[in-house]
Amino acid sequence: MMAVDAYSILWADLMVLKRRMARYLVTTLISPLLYLVAFGWGLGRGISVDGASYFEFVVPGIIALTAMNSSFNGAGTRLNVDRLFFKSFDECLMAPISPLSLLLGKAMIGVVRGLISSTAFMIVALLIAPAFSVEPLFLVSLLVTCLAFAFLGVLAALLAKSHEDMATFGSLILLPMTFLGGTFFSVSQVPAALKFALYALPLTHSSTCLRAAALGQPFPWESLFAIGSFWLVFFVGCNLVLKRASI
Amino acid sequence: MQIMIKTEHLSKEYGGKKVVDDLDLQVNLQETFGFLGPNGAGKTTTIRMLTTLTKPTFGRVWINGFDGVKEPTKVKREFGIVQQHLSLNRELSVRENLDLHARLHHIDKAERKERIDELLDYVDLAAYSDHLIDRISGGMKRRVMIARALIHRPKLLILDEPTVGLDAQTRRRIWDLIRRMNSDGTTVFLTTHYIEEAEALCDRVGIIHQGRIISLDSPLELRKRLGMAVVERRRSGDDTEYRYFPDRGSATEYVQSMPSSAESIVMRESNLEDVFVELTGRRVTE
Ligand SMILES: Nc1ncnc2c1ncn2[C@@H]1O[C@H](COP(=O)(O)OP(=O)(O)O)[C@@H](O)[C@H]1O
Ligand SMILES: [Mg+2]
Repeated sequence: MMAVDAYSILWADLMVLKRRMARYLVTTLISPLLYLVAFGWGLGRGISVDGASYFEFVVPGIIALTAMNSSFNGAGTRLNVDRLFFKSFDECLMAPISPLSLLLGKAMIGVVRGLISSTAFMIVALLIAPAFSVEPLFLVSLLVTCLAFAFLGVLAALLAKSHEDMATFGSLILLPMTFLGGTFFSVSQVPAALKFALYALPLTHSSTCLRAAALGQPFPWESLFAIGSFWLVFFVGCNLVLKRASI
Repeated sequence: MQIMIKTEHLSKEYGGKKVVDDLDLQVNLQETFGFLGPNGAGKTTTIRMLTTLTKPTFGRVWINGFDGVKEPTKVKREFGIVQQHLSLNRELSVRENLDLHARLHHIDKAERKERIDELLDYVDLAAYSDHLIDRISGGMKRRVMIARALIHRPKLLILDEPTVGLDAQTRRRIWDLIRRMNSDGTTVFLTTHYIEEAEALCDRVGIIHQGRIISLDSPLELRKRLGMAVVERRRSGDDTEYRYFPDRGSATEYVQSMPSSAESIVMRESNLEDVFVELTGRRVTE
């Protein structure tokens, strides 16, 4: 029953997505392609990092970044709109389904959007330069990344008291991760103290996992475990906040 | 008599302020019960507690015998709700909004389609089923919300200010719908700050003021307690004196016994507004 209920919640968000799929694909590709052009071709031409060309190095990082942004916003912004603008989230709270189904359903649209966006970018990147391989571990890392950030999006949306709160959350948490989360540079090259701080960011682990899988390097299982742990923390946080929400 | 809604000492505090204060309430099966009170009286907060959205600070609530705090899922199957504010997903069509709620109430696919078609007819929106919510009028949106509330055939329909902000014609249409649902056997609990609405629809009315029920009876009994007829005597300036009489006869006698003067005198039937003003010293719309 839980899966059915979660799917019902997801279904509504899928209908919205279906209606604007073409526009979604275009807008979601813009920023990763800009990063690719600016950093992959512009800045990184002729540089090599950890034994790969910078282009090969940066593509998995941008995939991680795209997965993060699309999953977070896909779940978070949708929920924020439902909750504060449409007020239709209240109706879901008054439906005879478990809070867990509700959370899962609301997070799932983030996972779906994250997978669509990162896959679309991957296809374009493969067309430009077939610089990496898509292994099962790559897909697992991508999925866990989407899950973690989708739940972070749900958590942020449940905590937000306004639309501005969501934007603030984006600037304070997502934007620093965009540039510091091992997307554009190798974390192995920074001083130890900074490295420690960077590993506190979930995106660092996602980039590390995706990059290792894409480039056929030894797989950092501890990083996959770290993303899983972040997911767990966000998931538990969502449950606590949802319980408190009915006061 | 079977009881659909029961509350005991139901209370809600926000920041130490009692917004709903020790509410003891019984709504019987198949009656139309109304909460009449001004903005800020605590009507919506009460409804949020009846519908499990808000936890009471104190006291208990039962819907058709199920405890609102301990058995929320069972309670949620018993009622349908039309909230005060628009609460539709505006990026979905009319049909999709209804479909979502049918799914959440575990109505299977075949029945879902049939039920949605039936309800769209019921609220006269069949022609708009594929329109996005953003593209239909306010009155239509309200009717979509009513259809949605009815989708799982709830025994109790809760409406929070169902006609606020609607034009007179649309309002009447919604009144007809509410009456029809009630005569089909649904218990109705509604709130309003419109006197006419309470008088037109409710078997019993609870007058709520600052979180408390200050009087509760049928509209007729409430008026009888005060007097069925009223004489308004406008004095100099804006000062008006109201006098209540058990019937028109005694009011007429009083008017005739007064020395003829320049004062303007109006004799009319009393209404719930008078009841409210006499009880609180304020007008409902203030
Ligand atoms: N979440 C809340 N936090 C603080 N105060 C609230 C909250 N909800 C309602 N109130 C206050 O409770 C009072 C009653 O509100 P409400 O139940 O909406 O009244 P009504 O529906 O009768 O207009 C108002 O003074 C309102 O400001
Ligand atoms: Mg209200």
